[in-house]
Amino acid sequence: MLRRTFLGMLGAACVGASLPAGAEAAGKEFKGYPGSKGVLFDATRCIGCRKCEAACNKVNKLPKPEKSFDDLAVLDERRRTDAKTHTVVNKYGTPEHPVFRKSQCNHCLEPACASACFVKAFKKLPNGAVVYDESVCVGCRYCMVACPFEIPTYEYDEPLTPRVMKCDMCAARQDKGQLPGCVAECPKEALVFGEREELILIARERIRRNPDRYVRHIYGEDEMGGTSWMYLSGVPFKEIGMREDLGTKSAPELTAGALAAVPMVAGLWPVLLGGIYAVSKRNAKVADEERKEAVENAIAKASAEAEKTLSDALEKADVANKRQIEVEVKKAVEEALKPVEEEPEGSDEAGNSEKEES
Amino acid sequence: MSTPASNGPKSAFNTFNLVAGAILVVGLILTVLRFTQGIGPVTNLDDNNPWGIWIGFDLLCGVALAAGGYTTSAACYIFGLKRFHSAVRPAILTAFLGYALVVFALQYDLGRPWRLPYPIFVSQGTTSLLFEVGLCVMLYLTVLFVEFTPAMFEWLGWKKIRKVVVKLTLVLTIFGVVLSTLHQSSLGALYTIAPSKLHPLWYSPYMPLYFFVSSIAAGMSMVIFEGSMSHKKLHRMMDEEYLKHHDGVVFGFGKAAALVLFGYFFIKTMGVAYDNNWHYLVSGYGLLFLTEMLGFVALPCFLYAVGVRDRNLSLIKKASIITVLGIVFNRFNVSMIAFNYHLPAADRYFPSMTEIGISVFIVTLGVVIFRFITTRMPIFFEHPDYKGDH
Repeated sequence: MLRRTFLGMLGAACVGASLPAGAEAAGKEFKGYPGSKGVLFDATRCIGCRKCEAACNKVNKLPKPEKSFDDLAVLDERRRTDAKTHTVVNKYGTPEHPVFRKSQCNHCLEPACASACFVKAFKKLPNGAVVYDESVCVGCRYCMVACPFEIPTYEYDEPLTPRVMKCDMCAARQDKGQLPGCVAECPKEALVFGEREELILIARERIRRNPDRYVRHIYGEDEMGGTSWMYLSGVPFKEIGMREDLGTKSAPELTAGALAAVPMVAGLWPVLLGGIYAVSKRNAKVADEERKEAVENAIAKASAEAEKTLSDALEKADVANKRQIEVEVKKAVEEALKPVEEEPEGSDEAGNSEKEES
Repeated sequence: MSTPASNGPKSAFNTFNLVAGAILVVGLILTVLRFTQGIGPVTNLDDNNPWGIWIGFDLLCGVALAAGGYTTSAACYIFGLKRFHSAVRPAILTAFLGYALVVFALQYDLGRPWRLPYPIFVSQGTTSLLFEVGLCVMLYLTVLFVEFTPAMFEWLGWKKIRKVVVKLTLVLTIFGVVLSTLHQSSLGALYTIAPSKLHPLWYSPYMPLYFFVSSIAAGMSMVIFEGSMSHKKLHRMMDEEYLKHHDGVVFGFGKAAALVLFGYFFIKTMGVAYDNNWHYLVSGYGLLFLTEMLGFVALPCFLYAVGVRDRNLSLIKKASIITVLGIVFNRFNVSMIAFNYHLPAADRYFPSMTEIGISVFIVTLGVVIFRFITTRMPIFFEHPDYKGDH
C-alpha cells in the first residue's frame, strides 16, 4: 500500500515536471504575430554591390573585414555568414547571367533555434525579429545544429565569453523607427521592409505582373512553417543555394512528438515497472510456496510409503512367524510321534533343519 | 577471501600505470590549451559543424554504453532475476562513472561550461529536447550516485546510512529506468529537429525509439564485454559468488541482447519502409547503412543466438564486442558521418588530433577510476560484514 502510494506520487511528480514541455510542444499552428515585420528580397533586382554587407557591418559595429566591401572579387567564392559577418551576398548562375542572393537570418515564425535552446536565449519578438540573449547562453551550439538555414555562427576563438552571432533584423533600429541597415542602404530596392502580410501581397503582385521574370513561388512564405524574410527569384531557388526540400513543418512540429511522449513515459513507466515488480515478486512468492508445498508433499508421501513398507514388512514377518510356528509345531508333533523308531538320527535332522530355517 | 588492501598491483610502475599516466599528462596539457585558447584553435569545429567528436563520442556513445546500469538493475530488482545480482554493482559503477565523465567531457565542448546549471536553475528552455536530456542526466547521475553509495559505505563501514540507502533500492531502480528511457530516447530526438541535415536513411521520426532500444542492447553488451575484461585484469578481486553467477549473467544477457537486436533490426527496417527510403540503399550512404545494419546489428544478433544455444561463452563475448562497436558506429553515423551529408566534401568535419586526444584522455580517466574503486571497494565481491544481505 505504502509503496503503491509512493509510486503514484512519483509518477505524478514526473508528469508535473515535464508537463510544460509537452503542453507547449503540442501547441497549435502559429502563423506569426499579427502585424509583424519582415523583409522581401528580390534576386532579380540584386546586383551584388555588397552595400548591404557594408551597412550591416557598420550598424552592428562588427570588425572590419580583410578585404574592403568594394572588392567584388570575393563574390567569386562561395561564402557563408560567420561570427564577424551577419550577412553575405553570393553569386550564382553563369558569368553572362549572374544571379545574386543575399543570405542572413530568415527570422522564422517559429524559430528552430528558439525551440532548440535549453536556456531560452533566443526569442521571437512580436515585431518579427529573432533576438539572442548572451547573458544566459551556455554555448552548447544546439541552435546551430537545429537551424535548417545554417545561420547561427559562433565565436570559436573566444575562450571565455563566446557568443552565438547572427542577424537580429536590426531590432534596436526598428524600435527607433529606423529600417534595418541593409534595407536602408540597398540602392536597387532589392530589399523591401514592411509588414509580412503586405510583403506577401507585394510578392504575389510582382509574380502576377511579370510571370516570365519570376519563379512562381515565394520562398519563406511556408518553408519551415514560414519565415519573416522572404525571397523572390527568376531562377529555381535550388540554383541560388536555397534548399527546396525543407518542407513546411516548423521546428516545434518536428519535435512535438518526442516531447509529447515525455509525460507519458514519466507517467506510465513507474506504474508499468511497479506492476512488473509486483508480478515478479508474486511469482517468486508463489514459486516459493509451491516449492514448500512440494517438499511437504514429498515428505508426507515418503513417510506414508515408509510406514506402508514397515507395516508390510511387519505383516510379512507376522505371516512368516506364524508359518514357522506351525512348522515347528508340526515338527514337534512329528517328532513326538516318532521317538521310538530312530532316536539318534532324528535329533540330528532336527538340528540341521533348524539351522537352515534360521 | 583476502582483504582488498593486499590485492593492489605490486609496483606502481607497471605498464598500465605508465601508459595511463602518460595519457593523463597529455590530457592535462590539452585541457590547459582548450581553456586558454578557446574551442576554435583546438578543434576542427566550425559554423557548419558545431558538434564534433566531443558530442558524437563522449556524449552520445558514453551515455549509450553506460546503459548497463539501468538494464542490469532493472533485470535484477524489477524483473526479479536474482541471478543478475552479482552483476549489478559493476554495472552501476560503470554507469555512474560513464555519466560523470559525460558531464565532465561536456565541460570541454560547452562555450561557457560554468553555466551548465543555467538550463535548470536560471532559464528553463522547456521546449528543447536538450533541456530534457540535461534534466534527466542530472537526476540520473544523482540516482546512480545514491545507488553506488552502499559499496562506498561498506568500504567506509557506515552501517546505518547504508541500510537506509539499501531500502530505497526499488524506488531508485524504477526512477533510474524512467530517467534512462527519457534521456536515452531524447538523445535520438535531438536530431529530429534537423531533417534537412541528417541523411534520410538515419533520419526518422522514430529516432527516439531507435536510440532507446539500441541503448538496451548496448548496455547488456557492455556488461558482458566489461565483465570479461575485468575477468582478465581484476580476477583477484572477484569472490566465489560473483564467479559462480558470471557465466549465467553472460548467457542471460546474451539471450536478451539477441532478442533486442532482432527487434531493433526490425524497427529500423520498418523506419526505412515508413519513409519509403529503399532507393537510398543503392548509394554510398546506402552501403554505409547496410554495413551498420547487417554487420553490426544482424551479425551480433545471430552470434548471440548461436552462442546461447551452444553455450559458447567466447562467441557471446565476440558478439558483445561487435555490438559495442556497432553502437559507436551508429552514433557516429547519426552525429557526424551522415550528418551534414549535403555539404560539399571541403566543408565536412573530421576531428583534430586534439579533440581525439581529449576523448582518449577521458576514457583513460574512466578506466583509472574504475580500477581504483574496484580494487578497494566491494564491487566484484560481497563485503564480509554484509554477506547475503540484500
